[in-house]
Amino acid sequence: MSSVRVLVGTRKGAFILTSDGKRKRWKVSGPYFAGWEIYHMKGSPADPNRLYASQTSGWFGQIIQRSSDGGKTWETPGGGMTTAPGGMPRGESNKFVYDTTPETGKPLTTHQFYDGTQHPWEFKRVWHLEPSLTDPDSVYAGVEDAALFCSADGGKTWQELAGLRGHGTGPKWQPGAGGMGLHTILLDPSDPGRIFIAISAAGAFRTDDAGKTWKPINRGLKSQYLPDPNAEVGHCVHHMAMHGSRPSVLFMQKHWDVMRSDDAGDSWQEVSGNLPTDFGFAIDVHAHEPDTIYVVPIKSDSEHYPPKGKLRVYRSRTGGNEWEALTKGLPQRKCYVNVLRDAMAVDSLDSCGVYFGTTGGQVFASADAGDTWAPIVRYLPAVLSVEVQTLP
Amino acid sequence: MIRVVLPYHLRTLARVGGEVKLDVNGVVTQRSVLDALEASYPVLRGTIRDHVTEQRRPFLRFFACEQDLSHEPPDAPLPEAVASGAEPFLVVGAIAGG
Repeated sequence: MSSVRVLVGTRKGAFILTSDGKRKRWKVSGPYFAGWEIYHMKGSPADPNRLYASQTSGWFGQIIQRSSDGGKTWETPGGGMTTAPGGMPRGESNKFVYDTTPETGKPLTTHQFYDGTQHPWEFKRVWHLEPSLTDPDSVYAGVEDAALFCSADGGKTWQELAGLRGHGTGPKWQPGAGGMGLHTILLDPSDPGRIFIAISAAGAFRTDDAGKTWKPINRGLKSQYLPDPNAEVGHCVHHMAMHGSRPSVLFMQKHWDVMRSDDAGDSWQEVSGNLPTDFGFAIDVHAHEPDTIYVVPIKSDSEHYPPKGKLRVYRSRTGGNEWEALTKGLPQRKCYVNVLRDAMAVDSLDSCGVYFGTTGGQVFASADAGDTWAPIVRYLPAVLSVEVQTLP
Repeated sequence: MIRVVLPYHLRTLARVGGEVKLDVNGVVTQRSVLDALEASYPVLRGTIRDHVTEQRRPFLRFFACEQDLSHEPPDAPLPEAVASGAEPFLVVGAIAGG
């Protein structure tokens, strides 16, 4: 019988929630890496037992953790204890160094800062880890300050795909309130060379040659907080999602506005429709219905909680514009939590499961595509990320 | 034998309890102690000093013999009591909160 493993990153450690295919009874393990911020955890599609975790701290910086047994045990690739200083492996699993070599052609060293001046790129943390669809040892990392790194040795060493920062618009990128993070990485299952990424606050970008060259894909986005609302870059994209069977169709939760592209990001149309507010962070797509999408509307960028204190997931079965509120089992009074951009995921069981975590420490699950919800856990630290693995 | 005391989270990360004991060749300085520490525990690379600049991370301090040595040059000799192992070299995390 199939089972489900939910990977939860929080402000104070990681948790792993497991259940059989019924998704009624859950086993909760953790905290792993107690006391550290776990920005993101994700499993390899090619080997479900291979997990990667981004462990960060304002004091101690970035650590990459890796598991080869589904999260039972963890290691820092290349960073283990050694007894022979002369011959130890180099512990570079947490070494993210921006590429400024001449070979990149454009060794960018600055971006726009809050005060309008140019500011050097400074590595702060890994926001998102995206394992390769085919190789358990290959994984991408989206980092703050915004850049894309990749590892081909299971997270032991990392190299920047510098063509992203170097393609030309980098000096115009600027941090959002949460920093200048590359938070979304979508791999096209039909085209190994095509990757979509999103950055706050720069926008969305696409490569068609596995990361060598990039272009902004923000036409159609309109952001009133920019001097030019239709600017090529500068948009605060919060998250993007796609369905693997139709990778040229993208959905986006922008700072304000829910957007859709039918041409791999070359152009976007707003599909906010009848949402009570089109501000939010999370967005995801049903595992079996490419036009069924989910968002969690948040009141505003000044008030990061659900409208009227009612926590509601909104579902569109038409690829946007027409939305229905999903409320059954979710708190409908005095609820003032937020749902962050990487804190929603779906499983791929026959009846699609939908999951999201809140800044109040709850993880909610629906085993019926959103019709009804129940909390798996209620009292975790603030949830930063939720990913789901459907296991055979 | 140099004695190093790490903050809780780095002890957990390096999977050590209590003090770390290190052999340091040559002059005992911040740099030589941290080099030896990172050689024995590669997972600590980047957690105390920046990978590239080798600057102390902002929220960490270096104490020894009741002195704050955080702003001492990295190649300055540490106190004899640290070099002899009589006193530990302390890596201290800033206390944050209210």
